[in-house]
Amino acid sequence: MPVNQEFKPTIVAFCCNWCSYAGADLSGTNRLQYPANVKIIRIPCSCRLNPMFVLRAFQRGADGVILCGCHPGDCHYTTGNYYARRRMTLLFSLLDYLGIEKERTRVEWVSAAEGAKFAATMNDFCQTIYNLGPNRRLEDLRCKSE
Amino acid sequence: MQRIGVFVCWCGSNIAATVDVKQVAEALGKEPGVVFSTDYQYMCSQSGQEMIQEAIREHRLTGVVICSCSPRMHEATFRKTCQKAGLNPYMVEIANIREQCSWIHKDKITATEKAVILGRAAIAKVHLNAPLTAGTSPVVKRALVIGGGIAGIQTALDIADAGFPVDIVEKKPTIGGKMTQIDKTFPTLDCAACILTPKMVDAAQNENIDIISYAQVEKVQGFVGNFSVTIRKKARYVDETKCTGCGLCTEKCPQKKIPNEFNLGLDNRRAIYIPFAQATPKVATIDPNYCTMLKTGKCGVCSKVCTAGAINYKQEDEIITREYGAIVVATGFEPISMEPFDEFAYSQSPDVVTSLELERLMNAAGPTGGTLLRPSDGAHPHTLVFVQCVGSRCDGAQKGKSYCSKICCMYTAKHAMLIREKYPDTEVYVFYIDVRTPGKNFDEFYRRAVEEYGVHYIKGMVGKVTPQDGKLKVQASDLLGGRQMHIDADMVVLAAAIEPDKSARPLATMLTASMDTNDFFTEAHPKLRPVESPTAGIFLSGACQGPKDIPETVAQAGAAASKVIGLLSKNSLTCNPCTAKPDELMCNGCSSCEKVCPYGAITYVDKPFRGPNRTTLTRRVAQVNPAVCQGCGACTVACPSGAMDLQGFSNKQILAEVDAICR
Repeated sequence: MPVNQEFKPTIVAFCCNWCSYAGADLSGTNRLQYPANVKIIRIPCSCRLNPMFVLRAFQRGADGVILCGCHPGDCHYTTGNYYARRRMTLLFSLLDYLGIEKERTRVEWVSAAEGAKFAATMNDFCQTIYNLGPNRRLEDLRCKSE
Repeated sequence: MQRIGVFVCWCGSNIAATVDVKQVAEALGKEPGVVFSTDYQYMCSQSGQEMIQEAIREHRLTGVVICSCSPRMHEATFRKTCQKAGLNPYMVEIANIREQCSWIHKDKITATEKAVILGRAAIAKVHLNAPLTAGTSPVVKRALVIGGGIAGIQTALDIADAGFPVDIVEKKPTIGGKMTQIDKTFPTLDCAACILTPKMVDAAQNENIDIISYAQVEKVQGFVGNFSVTIRKKARYVDETKCTGCGLCTEKCPQKKIPNEFNLGLDNRRAIYIPFAQATPKVATIDPNYCTMLKTGKCGVCSKVCTAGAINYKQEDEIITREYGAIVVATGFEPISMEPFDEFAYSQSPDVVTSLELERLMNAAGPTGGTLLRPSDGAHPHTLVFVQCVGSRCDGAQKGKSYCSKICCMYTAKHAMLIREKYPDTEVYVFYIDVRTPGKNFDEFYRRAVEEYGVHYIKGMVGKVTPQDGKLKVQASDLLGGRQMHIDADMVVLAAAIEPDKSARPLATMLTASMDTNDFFTEAHPKLRPVESPTAGIFLSGACQGPKDIPETVAQAGAAASKVIGLLSKNSLTCNPCTAKPDELMCNGCSSCEKVCPYGAITYVDKPFRGPNRTTLTRRVAQVNPAVCQGCGACTVACPSGAMDLQGFSNKQILAEVDAICR
């Protein structure tokens, strides 16, 4: 349950086209609920996620960023998720150093068959972000339209 | 500035029930660049598509956003629609407001809000879309079938009939698969060998089919239409071209005590063997683990008796590399190991057998010549107990599988019926959780077993089997009768669950084909594309995709073959135009992208550039082969200068989406 009723977190989920996006579709097909705060961006492979995208999300006011890809060994492009894993490990340490809590960033492996896992992951991640409260670091208030 | 049209689909009530589609269309209509915005009940229908085409022409749209179901469902449909109206198909973006919005939210206000944001993100992306033109790549007109069971044989025969060459790779020395071990088939009770062996012969004699037996796929490269596959053909130490299959060597070999895999270890074979009389190819194979000559260098009996001079102890594994346009996976199934189910005393008594073992014990070509005898003492059994669902439908799946193996109910009814018919003095008990017999003439078959043949069907589970005084004490519960039962059985038959063949998982990795948690291959769409893998050019046939009986397997094999024929009859395929593209002015030729490319699509060329003071500089820049690039985007992130970008998913496009979502 939300700690702060006012707080409506923005969560950006990057999902690879082959496994996790299909997993997200499956959780929809199975009518498994997760909060509307999660907005999914489709990318061809988890390795397409440029660290720049994560930084920009936080800059524009995202409260959490999650990357979902195929399970290690199951990448549609054979090795993409291994690159993603290494890059994100490094990026998340850097973000932690900048004051963005490690819990605000996450990498999860969700296969096309794991609709339930996708919904559970998103519920858990949203709860974590609710508990952490809004992200103030890196946010560039000039970018806000209001 | 783009002129964008927004089309919001109701999907009947699927979207409209939880998302206020009118409000979404109105809100998105106010976005910059949007010149037309509307909603409609079924956007994918004929009239919906016509509406889109009309709007494109009337409003001179340069970009289209469709708020509807998942792009995995109808992206291709809408791209085609727009293409017909003269718009580049890659100027279309889908906002997924069904699977990822209306179906997962209940509150109409939040769902509508989210749908607007998803729509905005798609509009922001379309603003930066550029028309893309797909290239083409040629199709190699040859198919590969992995697995030579009934599924593989049928697929190969159907492809070959259409005039395309096809190779079958089989890991065993002979094709035929599990069906060769089966005695009779349900529900007609015709003999499996009588219907299978002619097909095996057909496959062997078909000039379009090349059977590569005793071989395994080692490496798969390439993509749809252009696979390059490396196959290891294991040394069988017998020259296939010379061996006549007379079988003299298999009678003279002094190594006699080797468990015969074909009869599931119920009898023995020699170190040089032909699996069974109808083996195809009918060629002897030496088992290097047992052959005295290969192990110690002393023996050579087979070579002395072979009149054809086919034995070659120095034969080595052969590596075959061939090009294929399509690959069919037909790796089949195997029964699960009975080790975790020790309550049924499988390891303690030879009289506890699996159904496949019983199949061999009842087969005229089996170790007992078709007479049902107890494996322990060779006596005629009088009481038989069948245990259903051993390892199937296990809750929590600590041991066994969570799924239903589908075929067990029917083959058990078959076994029970055959036994009662042949030996009316026997009592047959079947313990079941549920009897599942959907299928043409299946339930009638089961009813016959109960009513005509007097098989005792008891709803309940067997708790324990204890070998005692030459009998098997079976403790079970009768749920409908509400009592405990104790039966002194002569034989216990376990309906072992079936699981995908062990070779399937590593093969899926090689093919980059996806699998579910049970290691069954996943189909591209469970209802509409059941024989295709999500990976283009990979097709599925038989039990590798899920438990299946023979008619279903044959039907799926034919379906897979028709998909392959459809693919191979094309001369060229349209490539995915969403490929990586370097900005040559920014590229410094550092090779970072080349190192991460899994396809080897990136090469470097020296190119002249205009330098200062009218000089010409030659620089090394990256070049992407669009026919090979699959568009994963690994290189775009690796590029330190930001020169590499992915068309259709460019940095700017994704950043625009991020901005739209976080606005």
